[in-house]
Amino acid sequence: MINDPNSAIAAQLSITIDGQQTSFIEGETIYQVSKRLEKDIPTLCYDDRLDAFGGCRLCVVEVEGIRNPVASCTTQANDGMVVKTSPPHIEKMRKTLLEMVASENRQIDVDPLRGLASQELSTLVNKYGARSGRFAGKKSGTTNLQDLNPFILRDYEQCISCYRCVRVCAEQEGDYAITVANRGFETQITTEFGNDLRDSDCTFCGQCVQTCPTGALADKKAIRHVELPEEIKKTRTVCPYCAVGCSIDLMTKGDKIVGAQPAMDGPANKGALCIKGQFTYDFIQHEDRLKKPLMKQPDGSFKEVEWNEALNAAAKGFADARAKYGRHSIFGIASGRAPHEAAYTMQKFIRAGFGTHHIDNCSRA
Amino acid sequence: MSNPLEDMDKPDTIFAIGTNMTECHPVAATGLKKALTKGAKLIVADPRRTRLAELAHLHLPIRVGSDVALLLAMAHVIVREGLTDQEFIADRCADYEAFETHLKEFGPAWASEICEVPASDIEQAALWYGAAKLGAIYYTLGITEHICGVDNVQSLCNLALLTGNLGKVGTGINPMRGQNNIQGAGDCGAVPNNYPGFQPVISEEAHEKFRTAYQQPDLDLGNSMTKVTALNLCGLEKDGIHAMLIDGENTVVTDPDKNHCEKALKSLDHLVVIDIFLTETAQMADIVFPASAWGETDGVQANTERRVQRLRAAVPSYGDSKPDWWIISEIAKRLGTPGFEYESAKDVFNELCGLSPIYKGLNWDNIGDGVYQWPVPEKDHPGTPILHEKSFKDGKPGLFKIIGYRDPAEVIDADYPVWLTTGRRLQAYHTRTQTGRASGIDYLLSEETLEIHPDDVKDWGLTDGKFVKMASRRGEIKVKVEATTRSPRGTVFTSFSFAETNVNVLTGSGYDPITQTAELKVCPVRIKPA
Repeated sequence: MINDPNSAIAAQLSITIDGQQTSFIEGETIYQVSKRLEKDIPTLCYDDRLDAFGGCRLCVVEVEGIRNPVASCTTQANDGMVVKTSPPHIEKMRKTLLEMVASENRQIDVDPLRGLASQELSTLVNKYGARSGRFAGKKSGTTNLQDLNPFILRDYEQCISCYRCVRVCAEQEGDYAITVANRGFETQITTEFGNDLRDSDCTFCGQCVQTCPTGALADKKAIRHVELPEEIKKTRTVCPYCAVGCSIDLMTKGDKIVGAQPAMDGPANKGALCIKGQFTYDFIQHEDRLKKPLMKQPDGSFKEVEWNEALNAAAKGFADARAKYGRHSIFGIASGRAPHEAAYTMQKFIRAGFGTHHIDNCSRA
Repeated sequence: MSNPLEDMDKPDTIFAIGTNMTECHPVAATGLKKALTKGAKLIVADPRRTRLAELAHLHLPIRVGSDVALLLAMAHVIVREGLTDQEFIADRCADYEAFETHLKEFGPAWASEICEVPASDIEQAALWYGAAKLGAIYYTLGITEHICGVDNVQSLCNLALLTGNLGKVGTGINPMRGQNNIQGAGDCGAVPNNYPGFQPVISEEAHEKFRTAYQQPDLDLGNSMTKVTALNLCGLEKDGIHAMLIDGENTVVTDPDKNHCEKALKSLDHLVVIDIFLTETAQMADIVFPASAWGETDGVQANTERRVQRLRAAVPSYGDSKPDWWIISEIAKRLGTPGFEYESAKDVFNELCGLSPIYKGLNWDNIGDGVYQWPVPEKDHPGTPILHEKSFKDGKPGLFKIIGYRDPAEVIDADYPVWLTTGRRLQAYHTRTQTGRASGIDYLLSEETLEIHPDDVKDWGLTDGKFVKMASRRGEIKVKVEATTRSPRGTVFTSFSFAETNVNVLTGSGYDPITQTAELKVCPVRIKPA
């Protein structure tokens, strides 16, 4: 990490931000240093996993000796610099910028199920009281309803051209599936040849959705549940698919799972997910799930039974095998998909129960 | 993995072999892509032209099952060109001289004949990996699912030992494990040769420890058998297996030689399966217990970099389903087995930590943020992101292994003239019991296809998009042709995700003699229009 202000080199460089002197590391931006001091600088095009872009201009600050405000996200801190993050004229400029941004969008308030960052614009517009509508008029971005993919809504009328989606796809995913076409009010996020995402290099990892600050890109599976009345609750867990172990916030409304979002501070994934972690959680509450213990009947069919009956029968079967064939006639196969507690009790079931090591797992297949 | 995932953007040279990482471990692959933007060189050895191969500076489309030859020749070049790390070899390794002598006859020209790639490309791969300041090796099942899986892994170890690419940031030998908790299943001792924490069952000390802990005076001292052997012994009168408990594995679809596997399970007196769906395997059971799913249970899992992380319940268990540990404990109690009076996942995990030296510093309450990578040998130990930093396990030297090339269990001939290799796809997970039930996935992947090089499609009289019959020595399946240059000439590919296109009817030609891992990556077949 370069963000270690306590290192020896850092101690030699200092910057004053809102009257507070602090040290920094060469290469750090004003925004990064300010963040460390918990300064509340607004941004829309910023995602700390991506290269600074300097597009939205909301993070402008006043630097002593420089006539015009500078974008703090792209301006490196200099030794002896004196910065004011939010003087009144800067705040006014931010409000105007937000009014202009807001004027282009069909709606400012979007459902939080759209995506992880989807509330950023509405939060700032509310904070700055930027709903004046005084720039209402021309709009940019055309919503693409032709793309029938079941995962990503491409509602570009809500797009503010921050390019976070394009940049996360390129810089974070290395997929370069989407790009920016045209300029000014004609700006449009698109794929090569304007194809549907399915026919592009898109892997449906959903990273564009989760970094979009306006909900222009939205999680189509999650927004099916917008009408459910309960509050969204997030539970931090780890993806159940491959062994990378990405941290996920599973979203629920009441007892219903309504979506998944990547955990930006997940130690293994740092905000990344793939299509499986992002979009395939809904096997959990699928109607094919087993609800009750099943016992096979003489005709080969299964009958639902109560737990006690099934557990007694299961135990009796193992006891009978032990009595008839000996303790080495029983084998256990543990799961590489279930948690530790399952694997641990499985091996103990065999070792403590029968005194053998007749236990294995699915790693050989 | 010897090194953490966050190291993946740090090597200057990456050697990825037998790993379709952008499809099977997509998030990990983003790290490699970042290394590439920083200027790292990427060498990919894979019969198929995967996405990762397209990103490579050098792609070696080696013939399936020829990895040992490639790796021997690379070691040969590294030694010949003086690219070895002599200090590392002298300080940390043993048996080098014999290895050096062994390598002499196995140069790139020899390997080129076996691997079916140019000798100059093998030479180049060796020069790049040999010259790396930080060289990292990544592999997946393309290395292990062979009759020579152990040989393959040890050959990779030889390369890392030769060049000292171990124990440092941005280096290492890094297997990308498959399932979310396959590492954990091993950590927990769900293997026939180790107790929890990889304490060998042949160790008298461990034996005594677990006899006491598990109150089991009759506990065997010594190895048992793998699942593969157990399936072979099912129903046999003498020393047979007659009852099985299977937790969360769709054995009959994932395992090789499906017909053999089904026959084995049918011959049991008693089969109990715990699962979340009525899988093909569960359908064969006498009793099926409904398990709580991911998202419904608290628990712990360990990822491929040995990171121990908490799973948390977000919703109640579906229907009457219960956590696996509860179900297993209830059966155990009814058998009179002591020590199953758990009240929570926490109780179970804390017991494991108390018995496992690599988890000794862990407990339910300190793993919440997932900061620990085992071994964590004591409380307040920071964990071990990088293995082998100063020494190898137990202070022993890193041994060079003398390994020779062996042909796969079955090789192509007049009857079965095409190499089949199997694998996975981005949008499906294993047998699709889960992803197949997620809405939307069918839009991207609705059926399985057989990837064949367009020239082979033509030469073999097949039609793109039409069904073919594909047969091996064990069975036959029908599958739809997809003409694609991802497959090299003479080698075809399909995944095992779709039960209706069950490629594991065909596989199962042989097993690694040490691990008994099946050779799922190589299977000679013949293909005819259906």
